[in-house]
Amino acid sequence: MLSLLGVLFDGLAYGALLFLISVGLSVTLGLMGFINLSHGVFAMLGGYLLVTLMQYAGLSFVACLPLAFVASALLSLALERALYRPLYRSSHLKQVLLTVGIIFVAIACATYFWGPGQQRVALPDALRGQISAAGVDLSWYRLFLVAAGAIITLALVFGLERTRFGARVRASVDAHRTAEAMGIHVDRVFQITFAIGSGLAGLGGALGVNVLGLDPYFALKYLAYFLLVVVVGGPGSIMGTLLAALLLGIADTTAKYYVPEVGPFVIYLAMVVLLLAFPHGLLGRGKAL
Amino acid sequence: MRGVAAERLTPSVMPHWQALRRRERWRPAEIAFWLGLAAVFFVFPKHLVFASQVLITGLFAMSLDLILGYAGIVTLGHAAFFGLGAYSAGLLAKYGVHEPLAGLLAAAATAGLGGYLSSFLVLRGGDLARLMITLGIGLLLFELANQATALTGGVDGLQGVEIGPIFGLFHFDFLGKVAYLYVLAVSFTLFVLVRALMMSPYGLSLRGIRDNPRRAVAIGVPIRARLTNIYTFAAMIAGVAGALLAQTTQFVALDVLSFQRSADLLIIVIIGGTATLYGGFIGAALFLIAQDRLANLSPEYWLFWLGILLIITTLFLDAGVMGGLLRIETLVRRRFGIR
Amino acid sequence: MSAVLQTRDLCKSFGGLMVTHNVNLQLQAGARHALIGPNGAGKTTLINQLAGVLAPSSGSIWLDGDEITELPAHERVQRGLARTFQINTLFAHLSPLEAVTNVIIERQRRELSVLQRRFFPLTHRRIELDEAHELLSRLNLAQDCMRATRELPYGKQRLLEMALALACRPKVLLLDEPAAGVPEAESEELFSVLGELPADISVLLIEHDMALVFRFAERITVLVDGAELLSGTPEQIAEDPRVREVYLGKRRG
Repeated sequence: MLSLLGVLFDGLAYGALLFLISVGLSVTLGLMGFINLSHGVFAMLGGYLLVTLMQYAGLSFVACLPLAFVASALLSLALERALYRPLYRSSHLKQVLLTVGIIFVAIACATYFWGPGQQRVALPDALRGQISAAGVDLSWYRLFLVAAGAIITLALVFGLERTRFGARVRASVDAHRTAEAMGIHVDRVFQITFAIGSGLAGLGGALGVNVLGLDPYFALKYLAYFLLVVVVGGPGSIMGTLLAALLLGIADTTAKYYVPEVGPFVIYLAMVVLLLAFPHGLLGRGKAL
Repeated sequence: MRGVAAERLTPSVMPHWQALRRRERWRPAEIAFWLGLAAVFFVFPKHLVFASQVLITGLFAMSLDLILGYAGIVTLGHAAFFGLGAYSAGLLAKYGVHEPLAGLLAAAATAGLGGYLSSFLVLRGGDLARLMITLGIGLLLFELANQATALTGGVDGLQGVEIGPIFGLFHFDFLGKVAYLYVLAVSFTLFVLVRALMMSPYGLSLRGIRDNPRRAVAIGVPIRARLTNIYTFAAMIAGVAGALLAQTTQFVALDVLSFQRSADLLIIVIIGGTATLYGGFIGAALFLIAQDRLANLSPEYWLFWLGILLIITTLFLDAGVMGGLLRIETLVRRRFGIR
Repeated sequence: MSAVLQTRDLCKSFGGLMVTHNVNLQLQAGARHALIGPNGAGKTTLINQLAGVLAPSSGSIWLDGDEITELPAHERVQRGLARTFQINTLFAHLSPLEAVTNVIIERQRRELSVLQRRFFPLTHRRIELDEAHELLSRLNLAQDCMRATRELPYGKQRLLEMALALACRPKVLLLDEPAAGVPEAESEELFSVLGELPADISVLLIEHDMALVFRFAERITVLVDGAELLSGTPEQIAEDPRVREVYLGKRRG
């Protein structure tokens, strides 16, 4: 029996994963206004790559993580150029349809290559087991997730606030045309940001195989969650996404544990309510959705 | 109150008036379409169950076209109304009222109410918020139905849907013959209604709203009220389509409320071509026939090609099949000098 | 003589930036009133508040003695307030005839039954179609009335912009730079249209084209940085040194 603290901690880890995967979507949505429903596909790629490399190439868990990041980043660059870019100025409907199409293709390919079942990953010994703290048993694995989430958050915030590139990103999110007029290559900024965001999604997907699960329908199953996190947190806001992801992670885990019959119902209700209450997102920048 | 104008038009307006009138009249192709559907009864007597499915989906798609093509509202949760209608009709029949038309009315009322209430959420905000909210509402209803097994039968579906004869006269047969004619009659009736609506000043104002909402406001159109109106109406039609499915299959599956159904419907409307009213039917036929052939090979195969089709359509093809057909028609008309 | 349209201490600010500064505008019945001022003076923002598209931060707006500050934009049209946009805001896929008829039917909607509005075809509305065509003829758009709006040349689109507003049969007409982007060759047509506006319509015109302003306006208000600098007859404005300074003298940092 997990105590409340234990459940909260689990929710925190879950939220950290949601954050990792969703942050890229948040920034790109804030930057380009491009509705990318297929963002979960990058997480899938990270996860499946991890599974495959560990199984067939014998690589260790930790070694695969950066590879997951890089592979997803590269895939995103390819997709951006070939498929997303032509539709930046198009209607949202078209963007929805395109990205739904990408999800379908991803589901089909995943089923073809890896079969329809859930994937599981053997964690390295260092991450197995638990540690007792404050009367609660915390698994090393989940600690690792929380730590990874924290480190990446710090890195992102630092990158945004302290580097020149970060300044360009912020400028582009706040005022697209003005940024262009000032000589910022918004397109280039977007590509790099997109790559980083997708890479993080891949990383999140790889990290989260045992927590979020991984099957061909992953991108579709979690679509509502990613969108919820981004929209409630406010597109373009990293801290907002973090806050929303943690809240959602804790709420969902708590609900699943204490009232399992209700389950996803709460989340969708929360989605509708929050959207109405916070049209700009919890900490969002930019215009209302 | 003004009566229907019997005054003559000034002569200079006449040619333009006639051009507009020509657009309103039933074209030969349209008449051929509906006659063809009637002919299916005789030509494909063994496939009438499938044909009913196509018609029902076409009707459902038309209802989405109303809000997507004519009013520009993008929704990922239109199946909610389909499901509401299906369950209403199913439950009504299960608990004693076997007259099918009563079921249709109940479905329209329930779905319409759902549409009206949700319109306050859906019509606020921009596209992204709308996508989220419609997605959320759809998922919510799905979960509700999933959990309320006592009422809906949950995953196993609603059973015991007994449908009596229409008007007490026409019994549903096992071959689906009466069912097909029933579905055809209802679809045609609703179609005529919708067609008249779109050709009316009301339809014109909707097109204006879609074209340029700022301008519509500036000429005094109460946009919110009008969109709420069409959204509710579209929900009612979707509900009737759901009811038809429940009644002709005597069963309501949980997937009437699924996201997959909403997504498939979007695809159907896009393939067929928006804002043409027929696009929904054409798209439904193409989609269901293709699905029937390909999904049997393997579901992933189907999903893969569907995804590819979506990608190609959004990148290259703009107006769907109907758009292509209309363009061909224009070319043919020019070529042969038909006005 | 009370004003047909007036604002009382109208203010609008965006965050810390005040764009409308205690404006007390008076538009008399039958007026030909021009609103001029340098770019960024807040002229279009003012029009947007009058039209109901933008909510003021404080102050009030009155039409015909009734306060309309809280009234939604579409209802102001029903009360007799119409506007044009600086950038053509038209129904791109409708033909001019359909667009103008749309306006007229909307204006008449209380006189029509539900059947007439929703189930009888558009062509049953012969009176409205006739009126639309007649209006388009007056603006020299009759021959193009069945083409899709987006196919029309810019000057004709600008005229259509005017036609849509006129079809509302407004008491008050707000024109936002009607001559914007209209080439020299086509501006005469625009001038004559403006000149032929019915005398009982009150017109508030934003314009940069001074030739048009001085030809058309009987009263001019100069707006600078969201506030009224001065109002007066064209002669008074032309002679006032402050106006010259605003337009020619001041160097902007």
